[in-house]
Amino acid sequence: MTATTTGVGPARTGPARSGVPAGLRRLAPRPALLAASTAAVAVALVPLVYLGVRTAEAGADRIAAELWTSRVGLLALRSLALAAVVTAACVLIGVGAAWLVTRTDLPGRRLFAVLAALPLAVPTYIAAFAWVSTVDRLEGFWPAALVLTLCSYPYVFLPVAAALHGADPAQEEVSRSLGRGGWRTFTDVTLRQIRPATAAGALLVALYVLSDFGAVSILRADTFTRAIFIAFDLGFDRTGALVLSCVLVALTVLLLGGETLTRRRGARYARLGGARRPPLRLRLGAARWPALAALVGVAALALGVPAVSLARRLAAGVSRPGALTEVLAAAGNSLTFSLAGAALTMLLALPLGLLTARAPGPLATALDRLAYLAHALPGVVIGLSLIFFGITVAYPLYQTRWLLALAYATLFLPLAVGAVAGAAGQAPPGLEEVARSLGRGPWTVLRTVTLPLTLPGIGAGAALVFLTGMKELPATLLLRPTGTDTLATELWTNTAVGAYAAAAPYAALLVAISAVPTWLLVARSGLLEKEDRR
Amino acid sequence: MPVPARRSTATLLAAGLLSVGLVACGSGESEDADPGKPGDKILTIYSGRNEQLVKPLLDRFSQQSGITVRTRYATTAQLAAQLVEEGDRSPADAFFAQDAGALGAVSKRKMFAALPADAVQKVPQTYRSRGGEWVGVSARSRVLAYNADVVPAAELPTSVFELTDPKWKGRIGVAPTNASFQAFVTAIKVQHGEARAKEFLAGLAANEPQIRENNVKIVEDVNAGAIPVGLVNHYYIGEVAKEQGSTPEALKAKLHFFPGGDTGALVNVAGVGVLKRSAQDPDTRAFVDFLLNPESQRYFAEQTFEYPVVAGVTGPAGVPPLADLDSPDIDLNDLDTLDATIALIKDSGLVP
Repeated sequence: MTATTTGVGPARTGPARSGVPAGLRRLAPRPALLAASTAAVAVALVPLVYLGVRTAEAGADRIAAELWTSRVGLLALRSLALAAVVTAACVLIGVGAAWLVTRTDLPGRRLFAVLAALPLAVPTYIAAFAWVSTVDRLEGFWPAALVLTLCSYPYVFLPVAAALHGADPAQEEVSRSLGRGGWRTFTDVTLRQIRPATAAGALLVALYVLSDFGAVSILRADTFTRAIFIAFDLGFDRTGALVLSCVLVALTVLLLGGETLTRRRGARYARLGGARRPPLRLRLGAARWPALAALVGVAALALGVPAVSLARRLAAGVSRPGALTEVLAAAGNSLTFSLAGAALTMLLALPLGLLTARAPGPLATALDRLAYLAHALPGVVIGLSLIFFGITVAYPLYQTRWLLALAYATLFLPLAVGAVAGAAGQAPPGLEEVARSLGRGPWTVLRTVTLPLTLPGIGAGAALVFLTGMKELPATLLLRPTGTDTLATELWTNTAVGAYAAAAPYAALLVAISAVPTWLLVARSGLLEKEDRR
Repeated sequence: MPVPARRSTATLLAAGLLSVGLVACGSGESEDADPGKPGDKILTIYSGRNEQLVKPLLDRFSQQSGITVRTRYATTAQLAAQLVEEGDRSPADAFFAQDAGALGAVSKRKMFAALPADAVQKVPQTYRSRGGEWVGVSARSRVLAYNADVVPAAELPTSVFELTDPKWKGRIGVAPTNASFQAFVTAIKVQHGEARAKEFLAGLAANEPQIRENNVKIVEDVNAGAIPVGLVNHYYIGEVAKEQGSTPEALKAKLHFFPGGDTGALVNVAGVGVLKRSAQDPDTRAFVDFLLNPESQRYFAEQTFEYPVVAGVTGPAGVPPLADLDSPDIDLNDLDTLDATIALIKDSGLVP
């Protein structure tokens, strides 16, 4: 086994697509995968159908009046600027931290690998709230950029660390032997090797920033998502909110287009076989202290500030959460809803991920890109669109956990597809070829060879969807079964009336439970392997 | 091919996670959106009022009536949007909303049934809809919260319009996305005309107010001295005091009720409307009656620090009685021109 992938983002270190597709295509039951993938994408596009229908109802004049204002232009600029700043910062921190824990002799690097991934378990609304209560008068673009960076850089760190960990050291060695220095080898070879992983992570960060409401509403950064939420709050202005959402979809298309272009230009690097060898670790020497300080600093800002703030709120207030049974019930609901969401999302993601990895082509790429379209929509729009869907199409599902699971699936499908495609792409197609040549049919190969090889990717994808679902609030509020609370909704209920002390335990439990799948993702990247086991 | 232990662990965990998920999902309880039948002793309530504030009351209703209450909590605005989206197929029997504006928005869609006249007549006409589609169940006054250490009582403005004076620059807390702020702006329009409302918002925006997400944050910051004054509803001081384990009187934040019928002292209500489908349901009738009975009205006064709307029930401690408030002469039914208000607030630059 040579490959390691991560759950975050489509890993694109698999075999070069242009070279092998004819051979690959025979390996999978392509028509069936295509049909199932199309169905999955259709589900993911339900919110867009709703957007189209409801926006069109408003009439061209109303849409034009909402659309052609300097406000919309300003919001678009600000949202894109925020996405750009946060993405750049996340790439810097994510790649830097990943390099430090995988390629240097930094002391305690396995601990830091976990610490660097852990902010994924902290919802932005908790982090933003902690920062606001810690620093007076914190508001606007830059504080929001700070909080969003601290919460989302693991989207870059995880795939890049996995790529660095799994990359073939031979290329670097060749570069060095040909006379390139350490720094030039890093920029010319190493950075190129991890470029697909970096781009995939960066895309997720950028889309997340567009969809986030927690940080931007608490820190009052004027972005599309905040404007959309405010439009609903301000006199229930559905049309205004939906027109803004359409612009958000357009921005998503823009980002996806940009990412697809860089993807085409980027060459791919795959380990061509042979035993796994650990890369050389750079001796940091005295540089280890600033490196340590940087990692400790990031962890203190991303994890320490929320932890201290929660503890202070708990100590300062006299409100307490409900009975233990209430807390446990909320935790149980969070678990079952997120698990249902993860299961459904994986079911939809599996064919699409396998199609992307085993039967690539323009059609597979198009389906994969379409799955991203709803990803940047704010939860409240997804929630309303599924209310519409539930009421008009699937009434028996309305206000059941299944419709909520469907909401998670439409929101988080790209996370899962990326994980599956990454794992399938790195599993050697040779095994499937052998099975085919021995006379097994495509379905049997899929069942007995491909799926078992992809299982780790399925696990990573499920972990990621599960933990993102745990943190989701706006769609959960609108779609949960009547009378059920989750950790996130309890947190919202309590903070809304200023009962922060009562809210703190829910927040702590939410982060603690989310930390489990996060740890799983780190373990999956191979970062926790002991040196002597390599 | 040797399989590293780590990988097989991950595989097992993945399989486990999936199967647990499937099992968890299979064990479906009776969770669905079944709207039920009239008199089935089950009531679905959409509550825009916070669970912390009203759950004890709803629990008491269940105990006394034997009616099972299924409550959906979310923000009033979101629930209004949800109800409108659901239309005729809404599983809700009643909408318990945080403000009259949201009730008006749902009522405009003709989704509410007229409430029985004898039930709502306990409430003064100002606090219920003209057509009887919704009724207020508790009242709140707009106030200026101020920090007594920072702003001496003598310096307090006698009218909310004085807050556009440059001496308040950077010193006012405002929550422009809050429905009660919007109702207040609409009230300015009703009382003084649109031009005056526009002028006030422009002056307020020019004074660089401290924008907060909600009223609780404003009262907290006023209490801490971070903001000298803030435009809020009167009862938030009760919530902040409760979290600090103290009483409203002990807080640094004090309440200033604008005198002389000033728009800044607008009295608004939280109220309830019954969905058309449940018009004949005795359970919803029982619920509306319950909210207006003296015991529930006392609950609002004592637990949520709001004013009862039914005569004969004592108001909350520490604030002047509702009857003594010099509130502006405004019928809440006239506050339904929300669209124009929103346009004004958007144009003012107070929100993105």
